[in-house]
Amino acid sequence: MASMKTSPGLVNFFIYNSTFGPKEGMEKEKIVMYIPTGEDLDKKIKNIGLCEALVKFTQTFSPNKPCNSLHTQKMRQVFFEAEPEFWMIMTISIPFSEKMAKDGKMVIEYHDEDVLDSVLDAVLKQAYKMFKLFNGTFGYILKTYHLEALRKRTEHFYASYLQTFNFSQFDILDAFTGINFLPLDKNTFLRIQSFVNVIEHTFSQIKYTAFLYSEKLVWSGLEQEDMRTLYKYLVSSLFPSTINLESMENPRSQGYVVVQPKLHQGRFITGPSDLGDVPVPSTPPKMFVNTDSEQEELILVVYKALEATICLMISEPYPSLELYKRIDTFIGPQLTTLANIVGEQSAKKQLATDQQYRYLYFNHMNLAQKSSVHSRKSSLPCVAPEIMRLMGDISTDFASFQEDGETYVKTMSDCWIVGRKSDQREMFVILNQKNANLIEIDEEVRRLGITQFNNIFFLD
Amino acid sequence: MSGHYVQLCNNPLRFEPVTKENSVFFDESNRQVFSVTSGEGKTHVVVRGPDIKSVAKFFIPSGGHVMSIKFSYDRKILAIQRSLKVVDFMNFADGSDSQQYSQTCKSKSAHIIGFNWTNFNEIVFITNQGLEFYQAHGWVARICQLWKQSHLGAGCRYWKLLDVWGTQLPFRDAVNVFKLLLKLVIVQPEKHSLKMIKNYSVQVNWFVFLPESAVLLLSSSGLGNVIHPYHFRAGSVMRLPKFEVDLPAASKAMKTGLLERDVTLANIDGQLYVVILRNQLRSTNTGPVGAEIVLYQLQRDIPAKKFAVLQLNMIGRFAVNVVDNLVIVHHQASKTSMLFDVRIGGDFDGQITYHEPVLAPLPLEQAVIDIGLILDSQNWIVFQPNIIIDAKLGCLWQVMIKLEPLAVMITDKSLLVDFLLLRRESKMVILTVFKQALTPGRQCSLPVLARMFDKMNSAYRSYSQELEQASQQSPDGSRTQSPQKQLTRCQTIVTQEDVYTHVLSLFVENKNINYKFMVAVLVEYIRSLNQFLIEVEHYLYELIINLLVRNKCFYQLHQFLQYHVISDSKPLACLMLSLECEYPPAYQLALDMLKRLNTANEEIIEVLLSKRQFLPALRYIRAIGAEDSVAPRKFFEAVLNPEDPMLFYTVYKFFEQRNIRLRGNPDFAPGEHCEMYVKKFEVLFGPNRKSRQAFSNDGAIQ
Repeated sequence: MASMKTSPGLVNFFIYNSTFGPKEGMEKEKIVMYIPTGEDLDKKIKNIGLCEALVKFTQTFSPNKPCNSLHTQKMRQVFFEAEPEFWMIMTISIPFSEKMAKDGKMVIEYHDEDVLDSVLDAVLKQAYKMFKLFNGTFGYILKTYHLEALRKRTEHFYASYLQTFNFSQFDILDAFTGINFLPLDKNTFLRIQSFVNVIEHTFSQIKYTAFLYSEKLVWSGLEQEDMRTLYKYLVSSLFPSTINLESMENPRSQGYVVVQPKLHQGRFITGPSDLGDVPVPSTPPKMFVNTDSEQEELILVVYKALEATICLMISEPYPSLELYKRIDTFIGPQLTTLANIVGEQSAKKQLATDQQYRYLYFNHMNLAQKSSVHSRKSSLPCVAPEIMRLMGDISTDFASFQEDGETYVKTMSDCWIVGRKSDQREMFVILNQKNANLIEIDEEVRRLGITQFNNIFFLD
Repeated sequence: MSGHYVQLCNNPLRFEPVTKENSVFFDESNRQVFSVTSGEGKTHVVVRGPDIKSVAKFFIPSGGHVMSIKFSYDRKILAIQRSLKVVDFMNFADGSDSQQYSQTCKSKSAHIIGFNWTNFNEIVFITNQGLEFYQAHGWVARICQLWKQSHLGAGCRYWKLLDVWGTQLPFRDAVNVFKLLLKLVIVQPEKHSLKMIKNYSVQVNWFVFLPESAVLLLSSSGLGNVIHPYHFRAGSVMRLPKFEVDLPAASKAMKTGLLERDVTLANIDGQLYVVILRNQLRSTNTGPVGAEIVLYQLQRDIPAKKFAVLQLNMIGRFAVNVVDNLVIVHHQASKTSMLFDVRIGGDFDGQITYHEPVLAPLPLEQAVIDIGLILDSQNWIVFQPNIIIDAKLGCLWQVMIKLEPLAVMITDKSLLVDFLLLRRESKMVILTVFKQALTPGRQCSLPVLARMFDKMNSAYRSYSQELEQASQQSPDGSRTQSPQKQLTRCQTIVTQEDVYTHVLSLFVENKNINYKFMVAVLVEYIRSLNQFLIEVEHYLYELIINLLVRNKCFYQLHQFLQYHVISDSKPLACLMLSLECEYPPAYQLALDMLKRLNTANEEIIEVLLSKRQFLPALRYIRAIGAEDSVAPRKFFEAVLNPEDPMLFYTVYKFFEQRNIRLRGNPDFAPGEHCEMYVKKFEVLFGPNRKSRQAFSNDGAIQ
């Protein structure tokens, strides 16, 4: 009898730079950050030393892409050189289950295939980008401050960031880290565009603007890579935290206290929560964009009305309460109307598209992702983890294969999974048709292509 | 810029000024000034107008003091009123026919207040007891006359023509041709008499006539405020429902009725209005109130309705002109003029719209005329629609609107665009307004620009809709009239081409403007066009694409394409392909676009081949079912440059199989010019045919 399988868990997460302690006896200088912080120093040094050795060793064979991951029976380690000489390492435990062997002894079985390199790789890179978005590059901090500041910041950031990790929930979508775009008709999009333009010209402090509706992106003035990270932050961290806020506010309106109705539904998510004469506004996060070229430091002010969110990226200095008030009175009413218009339209769209297929789509070019596998609110997939993993495997195959192609897989549970790749696009379809043959499945996938993806060039 | 928006034309029509001997008459219909000088036995008449150069001088027999004198529309018949009972006529043609004839008003006790020509040979007498409508010559009578007078060669010829046409054309058209020919042929009204067509009896105080619309208003009742409108058409007169003009309580009490000088007829945008000036008298409880103008809209079936009130906010003497569908009110005391546009703005109370002047009153701009002449508006007489006459000076001016100063003076730019769109020949002024609105330093804010674009495009939209309706309805022929009527509405149309050539193409070249603002303006324009369902021209897309590319905003461009803000087209797809090396995703965007166009399979194959995507290209032609029609040569050429033997083999075999399916053997058709590649294949992989035969033979043996 097999017992429950354990979940994969974080073993350690560290950043080192070999150039900080090149001589013997200076090994501990190499550590930029190490989690768990309570780990024995000796062990920290040993672990880092091993990684250093692996990187050095593999460099002889492949100088440009030295070491990507290390598979052991109980652990998986992923490597990422975030910036020159700055290595980030993440170690995950492999899930295992206990199994009764023939001779009656308990045997531990490790499920190496449950952990996907591609996903872990993406998660690690995401961790770096998230840090970079809010703190700037390691090199920048080192240059403007000093090593101690870098150590403090990374530790401070990752100590809380890593707590949000749930390794059993990471799946192919994390590998893609795509963006959900809101399907919208041209005229509404243009209205949003012109609204954004008006904002940027009314408030010259606002450098970039992004517009989202119900966690889907409509417009981004930021570059794609920055938007990708910002989007991830908004969807996975900022929005969920405000839901709590909203539900906390709600009882007020449900009770008998008559609240003076506001003229519009707008409010700040970052920045001051109340625009009464509360003197000190809570500070909105600072962010760093375009780090590859000319790094820009901006302040992220997020404003929301109903389901519509607008991210205002303001150049320094921190906006005054007066500016907040001006923004509120200017944006609030218009954003509320826009939110209503978009809401009406997307409600219509939702009725129109009947979700009869379970599919997953990702375009590497514009990072657009679409998933009918993940339910909207919780990002939990509604299919078995095995199937999710299978899709991850097919995707990894595609990545190594370069050419366009398609893969059909039939699982033990009589479920078909079809993966297709055309140019930069990937699509996965899950079909639960018992006794269907390959031709029927092919036909079914073709039909999906016609109904859902008719306006793109997707080769068969 | 000058501080005037109303001006008198630079070159007034000069005429002999009024003296004791010389009387001056102005005929609104023909815009002619008559200077009449009585001499011994003969009266000398000088007629000037409508343009400065036309002058006619002639003598008429003296028969008493001339009270009124007017030519018929075709200037063939001169009507002269010398007494209260009779109007005399003289026929003019190729010189003059001095024989006078006359018409006495029919009702014995009546006297003639005035007369007006309503057509080239029709005249209406207004007497104190009603109106009498006469025709100088019935055309049928005249045709018969022509027929008899066979010595008139020309007439005879035309008559034959008519005869031929008359049998072939439907009756209506024939009548129209007759009428047309009458104008051409009948150079000389032969008969010296008039025929009464219609008369109406009504007590008349005074009358107002608007020649361009042939509408006559008769004032009736003790206070003169019951108005009887009549509408004249060729050979007929139609009585419109009478209506009563309400008078201010004060003037009722003082028994001062409605005066002729306070009533004007105006044609604004194809609608007829009775314009009535109301000098509010000082009332005890409300204090002094400014004068106002009340507009009654004349309607065919129901009595005229109070339509709008123009608030003058001043007291004194006023005069009204109508120029370019604007009501211009001159105030004598302050020597200023005000503009009103009854089609824009105003406060609507459910029945009547109250208008304030478009701008603060400003003086007229007077063109400098001969030195030594002093302009004195005291002597001015105002005629409709746009004439001012100073009889003492001997000058006739046309009142004109200057749009350029107005463009500067009206600060609300969206109102300005509205205003200008309703003016004549205002396109360039509108474009200048836009140009200025985009110039750094004088830039308008985006919401204002958005409103301006919306106004312009809304006007364009309604215009193109009307055109569409007109073209839809014209085939059945019957209902062409109503849209045609709307099309003649005064409305300036600004097209995308105008905006592109005069505004946007210059705007995007301006180095002093932030590109973000440029993009914002273009997006605003495209948004506005889309909102009014106007198809956006490709050059606007090119403008915005070039702008984004120049500033390396590829991701923004990507998003525009993603939401189909920029419409798909082949040229655009090619443009995207050319951007691939700078922005790799452009390749995917271009292919998507070609796919959506549905007519670009050729191009898709070309693109795939150029990318050396041979197998996808083959799969693609199979998917779209184009294997049979595609030229294999193109594939071979691409796959061998540079040479890739394995792919060449695959492609070659693919087409061989196609050949078997098409023609039953693997050979290429001679027309496909593949001999070179067949040889190449044999060089690379050995003789094709033999190996196959050997293989199949082997198979047969086993």
